Amino acid sequence: MWEYSDKVKEHYKNPKNVGSIENADAIGEAGALACGDKLKIYLKIDDGIITDAKFQTFGCGSAVASSSILTEMIIGKSVDEARKITNKDIADELDGLPPEKMHCSVMGHEALEDALKNYFGEEKSDDKKDSSQKIICNCFSVSEAEIINAIKNGAKTLDEIKEINYAGGGCARCVPNIKMLLDKYSKKETVLNPVQFILKINKVLETNVAGELGKDSGGIELVNVDGKDVYVKLTGTCSSCKNATLTLKNFVEKQLREHVDEQINVIEVK
Amino acid sequence: MNLVYLDNNATTMVAPEVVEAMLPYFTNEYGNPSSIYDLAHGANEAVKKSREAIADFLGAKDPKEIIFTSCGSESANMAIKGVLDVNRNKKHIITTRVEHPCVLNLYKDLEKKGYQVSWIDVDFKGELNVGQLLKAITPDTALVSVMMANNETGTIYPVDKIAEAVKMQNPETKVFVDGVQAAGKIPINLKDTKIDLFGISGHKFHAPKGIGALYVKSGTMLSPLVVGGHQEKGKRAGTENVPYIVGMATAAKLAKESLDEELTQVKALRDKLEKGILSNVKNAVLNSKSSNRVPNTTNIGFQYVEGELILLHLNDEGICASSGSACTSGSLEPSHVLRAQGVPFTSLHGSIRFSLSRYTTEEEINYTIEKMPVIIEKLVKISPFQKELKEIFK
Repeated sequence: MWEYSDKVKEHYKNPKNVGSIENADAIGEAGALACGDKLKIYLKIDDGIITDAKFQTFGCGSAVASSSILTEMIIGKSVDEARKITNKDIADELDGLPPEKMHCSVMGHEALEDALKNYFGEEKSDDKKDSSQKIICNCFSVSEAEIINAIKNGAKTLDEIKEINYAGGGCARCVPNIKMLLDKYSKKETVLNPVQFILKINKVLETNVAGELGKDSGGIELVNVDGKDVYVKLTGTCSSCKNATLTLKNFVEKQLREHVDEQINVIEVK
Repeated sequence: MNLVYLDNNATTMVAPEVVEAMLPYFTNEYGNPSSIYDLAHGANEAVKKSREAIADFLGAKDPKEIIFTSCGSESANMAIKGVLDVNRNKKHIITTRVEHPCVLNLYKDLEKKGYQVSWIDVDFKGELNVGQLLKAITPDTALVSVMMANNETGTIYPVDKIAEAVKMQNPETKVFVDGVQAAGKIPINLKDTKIDLFGISGHKFHAPKGIGALYVKSGTMLSPLVVGGHQEKGKRAGTENVPYIVGMATAAKLAKESLDEELTQVKALRDKLEKGILSNVKNAVLNSKSSNRVPNTTNIGFQYVEGELILLHLNDEGICASSGSACTSGSLEPSHVLRAQGVPFTSLHGSIRFSLSRYTTEEEINYTIEKMPVIIEKLVKISPFQKELKEIFK
C-alpha cells in the first residue's frame, strides 16, 4: 500500500547498525509501545565526535529505515553537526517518505535529540525559541505562526490547513493542537443583533467617515437601518455636493462593508 | 515458491470457471436486459438464472428477495439507510463494536445526525455479548445490525439466534446482517431465520470486485439508495451489470459445492498453519481465540514486533497477509476489532491475519510455517524490548 523508495526498502530489509552499545556515552529514546513505534539510539562519543551509533526499533518499515539511515548519517560527525540534522534531512536521505510516514523520521530526530541532551546533561525543556516559532506539526516542520497565518488567510478546517502547508497531514498527532488554533484564531461569524448592528454602523460612521467628510466641512447622519439598507443624510457642504453619490458609494459604503457587513447598501436621504 | 496468497479475507482470486462464464456477456450477449429484441433476451435470462443461483446460495425462499448491487458496502448502505428511511420515527440502532468499517463508519455518521447507537461489546475471545444486545432493545429500536463473521478474527456471531430473540422483543425492529465474510465459508440458510436483510460481496468468494447482493426478506419495506430506472423492481436503479452478475452466480455455485471442502481441507490447513506458527515462534499469541470461527481465518499477534514490518518481510518471501497494526492503515489507528477484545499493546501492533481459500495448498502452508520463525527472529533482534523478549524466549 505504501510507496517506499528503494532506499527505504534497502534499509528495512538489511538495517545497518542494529543493536546496543555497552557503556554508551549517550542513549536517546522516542515513541512508545502503545503508539506502535519506539526507538532507542546508542552513541559512542570521543572528543566530541560520534564514533559509533547503534539502534533498536519497534516500528514499521519506514521507522526501521529512518533509524538505520540516521545511524549512518551521524557516525563520524561531530556532536554539533549531528545536532543540526532535522527530520527532513533524514527523510531526504531516504529519498523521501510517504506523508503518513513522516513521523518515522521525526521519531529518529527526537531520539537523536534526546541522546544529545542526555550527553550534555541538559534538561528536557521544550524550547528557548519564541513560542510562535514552535513547531506544531513535526512531520512537515510547520510552526505555530505558519498555521495561524493559514487560518488568518481563510483556512477554516483541518483539511484546508493541510492543503496550504500539509500541517496535520502526517502522523496526525498534532491534530488536537491544530484544532485548538483553529478555534482560537478563526474568525467567528458572530451574528449581531439589530441594536448591535446599528451601533456598529454608527461607530464606523463616527470614527472612519465623519472625520474625513469634516475636512470638507461636511457631515453625515445615520437616519435609519432596514435590514442591510443603511439610510444616511449628508449634512453641511456635502448636502449640496455634486459628488455626493460617489462619496456615498465609494467611501461610506466601502467603509461599512469592510468593517460591518459585506452586504450593506447605503442609501441617501435628502 | 512463487506466491503464497494468504489474504483471502481482503479479496480472492477470480475462479477460472467464473471468468469463462462471464466472457460471452461482454462480447456476444451484450444486450441490455430491459430491451425487447432477441439479443437482450439472453442477458435477461442470465440475470434471472443468476438471481436464482444467489437465492439458492443464501437459502432464500424466493429469488425476488435478491437485489444485485455493486459491492458489499453498497449492500450495507442500502440496507441500513433504506430501513431507517421508511421508519423515520424510530431513532435507535444497535450494532457491535467490531463491525467492518463500511458499516461502523456509517453508524458513526448516523450518530452525528441524531441517531442513538448502542455499541455492543465482545469479550476477550471476541465473542459477542448477546445479553447486552438484547437488553438494549427498546420500542424505538429501528435496526439491529450484526455481522455474521468478523473479517479480522473470523469469529462467527450467532445471528440466527439474535434475529429470533430481537423479533420476540420487538417484532418491528429490522435485523441486518453483514454476511460478506461468511458467504462461501459457512452454510447460510436465510429462509429458516428471522433475518430481514443480508449483504454479500462477490470478490470475497472468487467472483470479481464490483459486484454484490442484498437479500431483502419478502415484505420488508426499503427505500432505494440509487433512484432512477425500474431495474431490480425499483429497489436499485442502474442497468444490470450482466457479466459480473453471471460471474458472482457462478462463483456462488462453486462456493456452495465446495462448502464441505472449506470445513475439512481449508480448516485443516488453517489449523496446521496456526499450530505451526504458535509452536515454532515463541512470542506468537493467538488473537482468534473463539472456537466458533470461519474455517479459513486465523489472527496471530507477535509480541514486541510491529505488524507492517512483518508484512514487508513476508512480502519479500512472497507471502501475502494483512495486519491490524496502526502503520498499515492510512488512518494510523490499530485494529478496532482487536482493541475491542482487549488485545494488549504488546501484541496488538504485531497482529497478523492469515486467511486461506480452497486454492491454498499444503506446500504453501508448510513454506509459511518454515519462513515465519526466520522472519520473526530477525525482527526480534531489532526490537528495543530486549529484556521483555528475553523473558519470552528463555
